[in-house]
Amino acid sequence: MVRLAQKAFYPGPIPFPLLHVDTTYKFKEMIEFRDNFAKELGVKLIVHSNTEALEAGANPNRLGTERCCGLLKTQSLLDALREGNYDAAFGGARRDEEKSRAKERIFSFRDRLGQWDPKNQRPELWNLFNSRVEPGESIRVFPLSNWTELDVWQYIHVENIPIVPLYFAKERKMLVRGNSLILAEQPFVQAGPGDKFEWVQCRMRSLGCSPCTGAIRSDADTLPKIIAELVAVRNSERENRVIDHDREGSMELKKREGYF
Amino acid sequence: MAALLEEERPFDIEEFLAAEQAKDLLRLTTAGSVDDGKSTLIGRMLHDARGAYEDQLKSARRGGEIDFALLTDGLRAEREQGITIDVAYRYFSTPKRKFILADTPGHEQYTRNMATGASTAELAIILCDAARGLTTQSRRHAYIAALLGIPHFVIAINKMDLAGYSEQVYRQIRAEFEPFLQKVGAKAPYFLPLSALKGDNVVEPSVKMPWFIGPTLLEHLESVETYNRSIEAPFRMAVQRVVRPDQDFRGYSGEIASGVVRPGDEVLALPSGRRTRVRRIATFDGDLEVAHAPLSVTLTLDDEIDIGRGDMISSGGDPQVARTFEATMVWFDGRPLDESRDYLVKHTAHTVPARVERVRHRVNVATLETEPAERLAMNEVGVVRIAASRPIFFDKYAANRGTGSFILIDRVTNATAGAGMILSGVEDAAENAGERLARLVRNLVPAGAQLSLPAEEHAAEEILRKRLEGIWK
Repeated sequence: MVRLAQKAFYPGPIPFPLLHVDTTYKFKEMIEFRDNFAKELGVKLIVHSNTEALEAGANPNRLGTERCCGLLKTQSLLDALREGNYDAAFGGARRDEEKSRAKERIFSFRDRLGQWDPKNQRPELWNLFNSRVEPGESIRVFPLSNWTELDVWQYIHVENIPIVPLYFAKERKMLVRGNSLILAEQPFVQAGPGDKFEWVQCRMRSLGCSPCTGAIRSDADTLPKIIAELVAVRNSERENRVIDHDREGSMELKKREGYF
Repeated sequence: MAALLEEERPFDIEEFLAAEQAKDLLRLTTAGSVDDGKSTLIGRMLHDARGAYEDQLKSARRGGEIDFALLTDGLRAEREQGITIDVAYRYFSTPKRKFILADTPGHEQYTRNMATGASTAELAIILCDAARGLTTQSRRHAYIAALLGIPHFVIAINKMDLAGYSEQVYRQIRAEFEPFLQKVGAKAPYFLPLSALKGDNVVEPSVKMPWFIGPTLLEHLESVETYNRSIEAPFRMAVQRVVRPDQDFRGYSGEIASGVVRPGDEVLALPSGRRTRVRRIATFDGDLEVAHAPLSVTLTLDDEIDIGRGDMISSGGDPQVARTFEATMVWFDGRPLDESRDYLVKHTAHTVPARVERVRHRVNVATLETEPAERLAMNEVGVVRIAASRPIFFDKYAANRGTGSFILIDRVTNATAGAGMILSGVEDAAENAGERLARLVRNLVPAGAQLSLPAEEHAAEEILRKRLEGIWK
C-alpha cells in the first residue's frame, strides 16, 4: 500500500498520514517495524488506541474476541477517523480474503456512524468512482481489491519491499493450544488448562492481534520459499484468524459496524 | 486439457515468476436469472480450478456434498434467501491465464450490478436454463453486455442434466437466441451445453453429451483471444493531479485511458487548446521511453500551460469537445431520471454539473424496440440528451471505453444514479462558435511561444463562460 502511494505521488511526498489502530495487543516486532518504517519514509504516523476501553480493562481473554475487536479495533478506528475528520481512508483489504469482502467496492461508502450497508452500495462502473460524501460520511478506499494473496507476495519479492520478520519462518517459543500456535512473547498471552509451550519452526501468514492470530508450521524463511508455500497451500490466510470464525458471517457483521 | 496445477516438480522461484509474468489476464462477467445456477457454476469453476481454499470449501459443505453456491454467496441475506444480491469478484488462475470474474445477480432489481460487472469485462457468460428455455433475463443480460461493449460472449446452456442431456433442447434454445444476439451486436457467441451441478463441460468434457464437440468452458476461457483494445485508440490521459514538489518540477499525473505516449510526442491540452510536446514520462522507477494504457504516469511538458485536474492531454486525432451530448443510459436509482433534477456528470477525472435535457426514447430490452418515454425508471435503458455546465472532452464510447463513459450522480443524495455511454456530441451553436473561435486564436500561436496577453485571454474566456452559463440556466 505504501509503495503504491509512493509511486502514485512521485516525485512528490505521500500527501496523507498513516494511521495505525493499535489495540496494544499487537506483536512486538510489528510495532518496531511500524515505527522504523514510518521514520525511514518520513511519513507522519498517527497511532490511535481506545484508551478508555483499555483503562476499563478490555482484553480478549476477558471480553471474548467479538467484544474485544468491537471496542479495540472497530470503535477505535471510527474514533480515530472522526478525530482526524477524514473523508477517506485507504485500507489494504482484498476481495479474495473472505466472502463478504468479495462484495466490497473499491470506493466503499460509510455513513455517519461509519457503517457499511452491503445491500445498498453505489454501483461502480469502469474506473469512475463516486467519492461524494456529506460531512461526517466517509469513503473506505481499497486499492488492492483485485489483488490476490499471491500477487501481493510476488510484488513484495519483485519490488524488494521490507516486511515484518514474523512472516519468515524461524524457531519460536509457541503456546500450543489445540491446533493453534500462539506466539508467547507478550505477558498478556497466558497459558490456559491443556496449553503447553513448545519451540516450533513456524511463521505468521497474517498479522492480527498476537493472542488471536495463529502461526503456521513452516520452513519458509525466504520470500521465494513463502511464495512456493503459497502455491502449494490449500487453506486461506484467514483460517488462523480466530475472529473470522466467531459465528456465521462474522466478517460481514464486523464490517457493517465499521471494521476495516 | 485444462490441467489445474503443474505436475510435482522442485519449485523454482525464477521459473515460477517468469511463468506468472507471462500469464495474461481475462476479466469476465457472469449473468443469469435467479435459478440459472450461476453461483453453482462459479463455485464449480473455483473448486475444479482450485480457486477455493480447503477451509472455504469446508464451510460450504452441507452433509458431505459441497454446495457450490455457498462458496460464492458472501452475505448473510444471500445465504438466508438463497439469492445473490451484490456483484462479487472472484480470482482464479490456471497455468495459462489469470481470471477476474465479476459474479453478478440476475434478478431484475439488481440489474445495475450486471452493468457494473460488464463495464470492465472482456467476456460475458450468459446463462440459460435448459429446463426453462430462454428467458427475458437472459435477453436483458445479453443486451446490456453488448451495450457495454463486451467483445466475447459465451452462452452457457446450463442444467442439461435436468433436460436429459438432450441435443434437441440445446439446439432449440440456440436457434431462438441467435437472432437476438446478432441484433444486439454480440459477435460470434460461443454456445455450449453444460451442467454446473454435475460438472459436465465446465472443466472436464461431458461423457453424457457426446453429440457436442467443442472446448469445455474453462478451455474456452483459457484460449479466447484477449488484447488490450485501449492501446490501439489515440492517446488520452485525463489529469488527476498536478505534481509540484518544488519549483523545478511541474508534472501532470493520470491514468492513461487509451493509446501510447513517448517523450517528444506533440500533445493537445484541453480545454486550453494549446499544443506542446511531452518532455518526460516520470515514474518512481525512473523515466520511461514509452507508456501505454492503462499505466498511471506523470508527464512533464515542454511549455508551461495552464492545466488542472480534469483537463485532458491527448494526441493522434483530437477528442470531441461538447457541452451537450447524447448518450445511452442505464438507470440505477430508485428515483427515476428526472429532467428537473440536478446531476453531476463524472467523466474521466472531472465532475461537472449537468441536467438531462430530454429522454429521446426508452429501449425495450426484450424486443429491442424503442419506445417513447418521458423518464427512465430503475433498470431501464434509454437514449438521453445531457447538457453539462462546462464542455467535456470525449470520444464515442464505441471507439473508447475510457473517454466515452460517464456516471450521473444525484446532487442531493450523492447516489450513483445511472451510467452512460456517449453516442455523439450535440452542436450548441452559441457555445461552440465561441469555443472554436477561442481555440482558433490560440492555435494561431505556434507551440512553445508565449501568449502576450494571457490575462486578458483568461478574462475574455471567463466572461464568455459566464454568459453561456447564464443562457444555459
